[in-house]
Amino acid sequence: MIEKPVQLLDRKALERTIARIAHEILERNKGSENLCLIGIRTRGVHLANRIRSKIKDIENIELALGILDITMYRDDIFKLKLPEIRKTDIPFDVNNMTIILIDDVMHTGRTTRAAIDALMDMGRPRKIQLAVLVDRGSRELPIHPDYAGIKYNATPEEDILVKLKEVDGKDEVIVMRA
Amino acid sequence: MNWTKKDLLGIRELSKEEILLILDTAESFKDISKREVKKVPTLRGKTVITLFYEPSTRTRVSFEIAAKRLSADTINVSANTSSYVKGETLKDTAKNLESMQPDVIVIRHEMPGAPHMLSKIVNSSVINGGDGAHEHPTQALLDMFTMREKKGRIDGLKIAIIGDIAHSRVARSNIFALKNFDTEIICCGPPTMIPPYLEDLGVRVEYNINKAVKNADVIMMLRIQKERGGVSYIPSINEYSTIYGLKQDHVKKAKNDVIIMHPGPMNRGVEITGEVADGPYSVILDQVENGVAVRMAVLFLLTGSEA
Repeated sequence: MIEKPVQLLDRKALERTIARIAHEILERNKGSENLCLIGIRTRGVHLANRIRSKIKDIENIELALGILDITMYRDDIFKLKLPEIRKTDIPFDVNNMTIILIDDVMHTGRTTRAAIDALMDMGRPRKIQLAVLVDRGSRELPIHPDYAGIKYNATPEEDILVKLKEVDGKDEVIVMRA
Repeated sequence: MNWTKKDLLGIRELSKEEILLILDTAESFKDISKREVKKVPTLRGKTVITLFYEPSTRTRVSFEIAAKRLSADTINVSANTSSYVKGETLKDTAKNLESMQPDVIVIRHEMPGAPHMLSKIVNSSVINGGDGAHEHPTQALLDMFTMREKKGRIDGLKIAIIGDIAHSRVARSNIFALKNFDTEIICCGPPTMIPPYLEDLGVRVEYNINKAVKNADVIMMLRIQKERGGVSYIPSINEYSTIYGLKQDHVKKAKNDVIIMHPGPMNRGVEITGEVADGPYSVILDQVENGVAVRMAVLFLLTGSEA
């Protein structure tokens, strides 16, 4: 039986969380020099866009933004029923850049591992940092986010859904329990 | 959509959706060839054998590069360096290769249907790299990819295919592929090089090259298939070249943004002048470049399918 979903973040809380991540990124990197944002498809891209816009509000600087599709680097690619490959679009040189990799939910760490591998094939960034909206725990690899919007220790039966108005028509983060 | 086929034996068996899935997948793979590190780990641990009973530069190298860019291991077997010269049959060669557990076998053979036979013998995925005058599916796919890339669409294009249509697997596969879309196809060549069934495929036949290329969006030139007796269908190479060779004057009759294609190898001065082949409308080398991306997409989809 599926229980009623529990809301972790509503629209306003999600907006505040994104703003906090943007501030933390600037604080930790002492500004925006050589910073760029790369969103992992699909929702990571929209989150990256929103973080970029917050940073513009704060610093009046528009950071370079890239889109990363990690499918080709997944370690379970042929276990997927439909391994759809979509376009990666990073229209700038990643060499010597500090890359803020952005994803919606962090779970096992395998997506991040794939993303790091993909980025290293494109050049030699000076630094890669990871920002996620929700860190749900249960890591299978020793990878941890530098910026986490919220931490929620989900059980294996729980599913974290990040809904963004760009793709889902509304902003919220919910937990579904099977 | 999902890919469910074990093999790629011909374009005729593909739906429009499957063709588009290959082209869309190839878009993402094309970027890899432009990077400094031209490699992704996607097919790590997979083995691809290219089994070529006919000479080839482009197709064999293109498949090998495609497989290597996806991190697959590749082995090339050519007829003149294989046990074929000692009298081994294709069936026995295939069974022996299959025992070494390859994931994909790409075969080029002078006999139409050889890849189909192979696909029934082996569990590996089989890709038709050209079988006689029958089909050359990956060439048609890379041609469509190039058309879509250069013209922004496939629907609505007027395509003139000129040359030895009767013996061309490239022409056949392109006609089968393009008929899935809203295209106008005009085939042109000497009457002896136009097969009788052509109009039944929904293609317009034209014997005058000036009429064929008029307002064309795409001109696809073909080579005389000497290895399939093509020369015996024309009085002389000189006469053929005079009447059916593509020259600058013909290009002017086509649309202003026409693209000139050729699957290679070209016979300069026969079916196409050097001036046109190297001219601003030529996309012949783009076709070669796109071939790698399209073959990466095909290898990926076949290896990942559950069929």
